Amino acid sequence: MEIHRYEKIWTVVALLLIVAFIATVTYGAVGAGVKMVDDSGGTVDPGSLGDTEFADPGVTQVGEDSYEVHVVARQFLFQPGTSEPIRVPANSEVTFYITSADVVHGFELAGTNVNTMAIPGQVAKVTVRFDEPAEYGIVCHEYCGGGHHTMAGQLVVVPEDEYNSEGS
Amino acid sequence: MAYVDDFPTDARIVRWNMGVAFLALGIGGLLGMVQALHRTGYFRGFVSSTDYYTVLTTHGVLLALVFTTFALCGLFTWGVTRSLDRPLPNPTFSMAWFGLMLLGSLVTAVTILGGFVESIPLSADVLYTFYAPMQAHPAFYVGLVLFIVGSWLAGVDWFRTYWQWRADNPDERIPLQTFMVLTTMLMWYISSAGVAIEVIFFLLPWSLGLIQQVDPLLTRTLFWYFGHPVVYFWLMPAYFIWYTVLPKLSGGRLFSDPLARVVFVLFLLLSTPVGFHHQYVDPGIPEGFKFIAMTNTMFLLLPSLLTAFTVVASMEHGARQRGGEGRLGWLRKLPWDEPAFAGCALAGLMFAAGGFSGMINAGMNINYLIHNTLWVPGHFHLTVGTASALTFMAAGYWLFPQITGKRLRFKSLATIQPYLWFVGMTLMSNAMHRAGLASVPRRTAEPQYDAVSFEGVVGGISEMRLQIAIGGTLLFLALVLFLIVIFGTWFSGRSADPIRVSSAIPAPLSGPEHSPKILDNLKLWTAVAILLIVLAYGLPLWALASDGLLAPGTPPIPI
Repeated sequence: MEIHRYEKIWTVVALLLIVAFIATVTYGAVGAGVKMVDDSGGTVDPGSLGDTEFADPGVTQVGEDSYEVHVVARQFLFQPGTSEPIRVPANSEVTFYITSADVVHGFELAGTNVNTMAIPGQVAKVTVRFDEPAEYGIVCHEYCGGGHHTMAGQLVVVPEDEYNSEGS
Repeated sequence: MAYVDDFPTDARIVRWNMGVAFLALGIGGLLGMVQALHRTGYFRGFVSSTDYYTVLTTHGVLLALVFTTFALCGLFTWGVTRSLDRPLPNPTFSMAWFGLMLLGSLVTAVTILGGFVESIPLSADVLYTFYAPMQAHPAFYVGLVLFIVGSWLAGVDWFRTYWQWRADNPDERIPLQTFMVLTTMLMWYISSAGVAIEVIFFLLPWSLGLIQQVDPLLTRTLFWYFGHPVVYFWLMPAYFIWYTVLPKLSGGRLFSDPLARVVFVLFLLLSTPVGFHHQYVDPGIPEGFKFIAMTNTMFLLLPSLLTAFTVVASMEHGARQRGGEGRLGWLRKLPWDEPAFAGCALAGLMFAAGGFSGMINAGMNINYLIHNTLWVPGHFHLTVGTASALTFMAAGYWLFPQITGKRLRFKSLATIQPYLWFVGMTLMSNAMHRAGLASVPRRTAEPQYDAVSFEGVVGGISEMRLQIAIGGTLLFLALVLFLIVIFGTWFSGRSADPIRVSSAIPAPLSGPEHSPKILDNLKLWTAVAILLIVLAYGLPLWALASDGLLAPGTPPIPI
């Protein structure tokens, strides 16, 4: 097969570009330690969340600076998150466990990399470090029915001393 | 002699397919403008925010499935009959697949539009991805099945034509256009099997109450098994035009036939084992399989990068034939005032931009930043929304005279139309990309969320909204111009003057005699494609199915 010299050069450059992209992503995964949402959250029966750890969703302290937050997404609210904000202290490591009680939803902290699907039957497990006090909007970014655009919430990272003095 | 005189029956098939495609484009485009104005808050008087999703579902189904597939069927019917120089074997069979696809489209469209009227029980506000457990009216799924089966039969029609030709020409290389059609259809058979299984074995019986629950992650995975190759089903007819028609429109000939074959083989091999890149942030799928899909996706860039080279090289060759000189000066010699050329060239330019934003989408962990934000529709309005759509429109300008025997009408409107589309899309798409970086979600009817403030990384949110609204409006205006030209040409009288274009395509600079015979071994490539799919999908699908095909399951939630 005849291939023009320029085309050979172009092909080599294209392949280098592709390898470089793969290397970038691999560095993100291995070097920077960006973990993908995966199957580590396990599965649940979406019809009987009341019998699981999602029966009373919310924030639980599990270590000195580590917390777990269980969140149930349902048409058209996050529980917790929508009617009252999710509150966690600054300087903490927070692991979210997110599932859906009805259709597919999304869970995104606007302006951050916290971004996962909430699929009925599956538990999304996402670990995040919050260093500074801040307020984040939570957006459902997957269409979930006629009221989809009303589905949002808030997460508040409060200063450590304030959080402790609340006794929560 | 025009194509219509050589192949009158096939010209009718092409006309009707393209006609349905462009009608769907017109309706879908109008709804696109409604969405652009509604979600930016500039004009919210067309529909309520709840009905916005009925509009969005119609827009997605009409444009992503109906427009693209009918356009493909028109272009491929033309390409097969032209390059094999023989008609499709049986006009009744051709009308049968056309009729089946049309019936399916109408059933699905009517079911979706029923969502506007409370008193009608029809409704399917489930968007073009129809993720379970959102459940549409069963007629929605029935229509989809008819449509997909119709497209399969269209492929059978082209294969039969090829087999007949092969019987008469046992030793010849497959003509390039037919080669492209056959590889595209092989990819389509392999990949659309996923959505067919999803709909026929799970969603349809579930919507009819025959099974009580489905596994949302399994059905979603089957959808995306189909959902990425379908984008190549949209793009490959555009590549087909860029490789075989654009060089001629530029005034020259294709640079390399062998490389064109390599590119289409690569698409057949790599289009399908990549679907998990749409599920990078899905729970329930191990990271390793996401990584495999990521590497396959990155290698899928190769055929597009090779195409970029060949297309530009062919255009440069054409321009130099027309007297173009200098390192970049040849660009001025290209026929920028010919709408068929300008449309293809601008579509290719925008596809390059769309390719770069696609690389961000493909970057597994980088994808966190933009997943399900407005970035994503910003990306695919450059790819399917311009690379495919504008190329199909450009092909329409060139092909309609040949399939009707009539000269193109309203040439001045046609001349400005690709540029108007380009400007509209530049405004809309750049703003959508930037809004996505600010985490503005896709698929929402509202510009603002009370609990959330979006902060633009580059530019302000209100400026982005303005660009989206203006861009969407310009795009619809460009569509109106296009439809006036096409239907004006179609329904004008045929004059005695012969048309100015012909279907003759000059031989490539490097022809099929330079390409290894193994490239034409379609059985081999199909087998390799299936092997790659088994490697990418075998274990994860097994894991999803092994805890019960319907578990963890959910009952239908009608929308």
